[in-house]
Amino acid sequence: MKKRKTKRFASLTNARINPKGFHPSQIKFYVLLTPLAFIMLLPIVFIFSHAFKPLDELFAYPPKFLVSNPTLQNFIDLFARMGNSGVPVTRYLFNSILITAITVFMTIIVSTTAAFALSKKRFKLKNTLFMVNTVALMFVPIAVSIPRFLIIQNIGLMDTFLVHIVPGLAMPVGLFLLKQFMDQIPDSVIEAAQMDGANDVQIYWRIILPMIKPAIATIAILAFQASWNNADTSSMYISSESLKTFAFYLSTLTSTTSGNTVAGQGLQAASSLIMFLPNIIIFVFLQNQVMNTMSHSGIK
Amino acid sequence: MPRNKRLKIKSWAKKEGSAYGFLTMYALAFIIFIVLPVLAAFFLSFTSFDTLQFPTFNGIKNYIILLTQDEVFMQYILPNTIKFAVIVGPGGYLLSFGLAWVLAQLPKLSRTVFALILYSPSMTSGVAMSVVWMITFSGDQNGYLNNFLMNANLIAEPIQWLQSPQYLMTIMMIVTLWSSMGVGFLAMLAGILDINPEIYEAGYLDGVKNRLQEIIYITIPSMKPQMLFGAVMAIVGTFQAGAIGVMLSGSNPTPQYAGSLIVNHIEDYGFLRYEMGYAAAASVVLLLLVYVFSKIAIRLFTEKD
Repeated sequence: MKKRKTKRFASLTNARINPKGFHPSQIKFYVLLTPLAFIMLLPIVFIFSHAFKPLDELFAYPPKFLVSNPTLQNFIDLFARMGNSGVPVTRYLFNSILITAITVFMTIIVSTTAAFALSKKRFKLKNTLFMVNTVALMFVPIAVSIPRFLIIQNIGLMDTFLVHIVPGLAMPVGLFLLKQFMDQIPDSVIEAAQMDGANDVQIYWRIILPMIKPAIATIAILAFQASWNNADTSSMYISSESLKTFAFYLSTLTSTTSGNTVAGQGLQAASSLIMFLPNIIIFVFLQNQVMNTMSHSGIK
Repeated sequence: MPRNKRLKIKSWAKKEGSAYGFLTMYALAFIIFIVLPVLAAFFLSFTSFDTLQFPTFNGIKNYIILLTQDEVFMQYILPNTIKFAVIVGPGGYLLSFGLAWVLAQLPKLSRTVFALILYSPSMTSGVAMSVVWMITFSGDQNGYLNNFLMNANLIAEPIQWLQSPQYLMTIMMIVTLWSSMGVGFLAMLAGILDINPEIYEAGYLDGVKNRLQEIIYITIPSMKPQMLFGAVMAIVGTFQAGAIGVMLSGSNPTPQYAGSLIVNHIEDYGFLRYEMGYAAAASVVLLLLVYVFSKIAIRLFTEKD
C-alpha cells in the first residue's frame, strides 16, 4: 500500500498537467496529436505550396499537392494587375494595411479606457455595465446585419473610409478579457500613485497600460483578425473601388461567377497566402502574451 | 439650494465623472453598433418594411408566417440550423477541451508548437480558406478528394461535393470543426495549466483513481469560469459560422437549401428580397437561440455559492 502511493507520487512529476520534461507516459499523447496536427496543417501547407506553383502545376492532372518548381510568377502577376475599374491590386493591399493598423490602434485605446473604468474606478453603474457587456459576448453581429446596415446608412457612413473602422470598435470579448486581466492589478498600486498626486489619466497611461501589455497584445490580435480578414464591409457598405480592401479583392477572385478563370487561379493562390501570412506571424510573436491573458478569461 | 445642487454635481463629477469619461468612446460604439441594431431588429420584426417606405406595424404577423407558412424555414432552415449547431457546437467544444487537456500533458515547447498548429485554422478567414476548400472539394476529377477517391477505386465518377445536397452539410460541419479551436480553446488550455498542482495531489489522496476521474472531479470543477467562456465562444462561433454554406456552394440559397442556415435566410430575405421586417423576425429568433443555448451553458458552469 505504501509502496503504491510513493510510486504514484513519483509519477506525478512528469506524468501530469504542465510537466517540466519528457516522461514515457506522454508518448500516447504524441501518438494521438501528431497525425491530428498533420491533418489540421494540410490546408495551411497547401496555401503555401499552392502560391508558388507555376501555371502548369496549378492545372496539372492528376493534381499535385506540393509544388515541384516554385516560382514567384503568381505574385509578380498579382502586383502588376489592375482590379475592377482600374484600381491596382496594391491599392487594395494598402487600404487593408492602413485600415487594419488604425482599427487595431483605436480598438486598444477604446477598450483599455473602458476596461480601466470598469475595473479600477468606483461608480454606481459599474457592475450593471459589466454585466451588459458580458451578455453582449453572446452577440452575433451577422444576425443584425440588416438594422446595422440601416444605421450605417442613416448616420452617413456609407462609402466612407471610416465605415471600415468605427462599427467594430466596441468589441465585447476584448473589453471582457482586458477587464478580467486588469482586476488582478492590486488597488494599492493605484492608491500609491494617487498619494503621489497622479490623476486618472496619468494612472491609466503610466501605470495601467504598462502592466496589461499581455492583454493588449491579445486584443490586438483579435482586432487584427477581425479587420484584416473582413471582406463584408467592402461589399456591403463601399461602392468606390478605391476604398475597398484586399480581403474583398480576394473574395471577387474566388466567387464562382466572375473570377474563376484560368488566370485567376494563380492570383487566388498568391492572394490567399498574403491574406494568411500576417495572421500567423503576429500570433507566433505574441502567443506567450495571449496565453498569459487567457488564464484570466473565465466568466465568473 | 441651486448652489447646493451645483455642489452635488461637482462632487459627483469629481467622484464618478472620470469613470464615465473613460467609458464614453466604448459606450458610444457599443450603443450605436450593438444595442441599437438589436433593438431595431426587435422593433422591425413587428413591421412590414421594404426599405423604401416607412415601416408599417403589422403585429406578430412576421413570426406567425415564419413559424407556420414559411415552408422553407420549417422544413430546411430551422432543422439545418439546429443540426449544424448541435453537432458543431458541442462537438467543437468537446474537441477544444479534449485537445486542450491533451496539450496540457506535454512540456512547454511541444505544447506551444501543437497549440499553434491547432489554433491556426481558426485565424484563417473564410476568404483565404475558400480557395483551399474549393480545390479540395472541386466537382471535377481535378479536385483533390475526387482524385484521391478515384485513385483508390472507391468511386468511378467524380462527385459534385459542393453542389450535392447530401454532402454539402457534412462538408460544412467538417470545415467548421476544423477551425473551431479558437479563443475558447486557448482559454481552456490556459485554465487547465493554471490549476494548482496541489489540488491534484490532494485529490489523489482523497481517492481519485484514474485520469478520467481526475478530469471530472478535479480539472473541470477547478476551471468552470474558463469552461463557461469557452462554451459561450463555441455557441457564438457556431451561429456565426453560418455563412460557410453559401461560401462553399457559391450561391444563396444553397442547392436545395441543403446548407442554408438562419443566417443565410436573413440575408436572403433582407438583402435579396428586401423584406426587412420579415428578415428582422428571423434575426430575433436567431438571437433568442444563441441566448437560450448560452443560458444553458451558464446554468451548467456557474459556481453555486
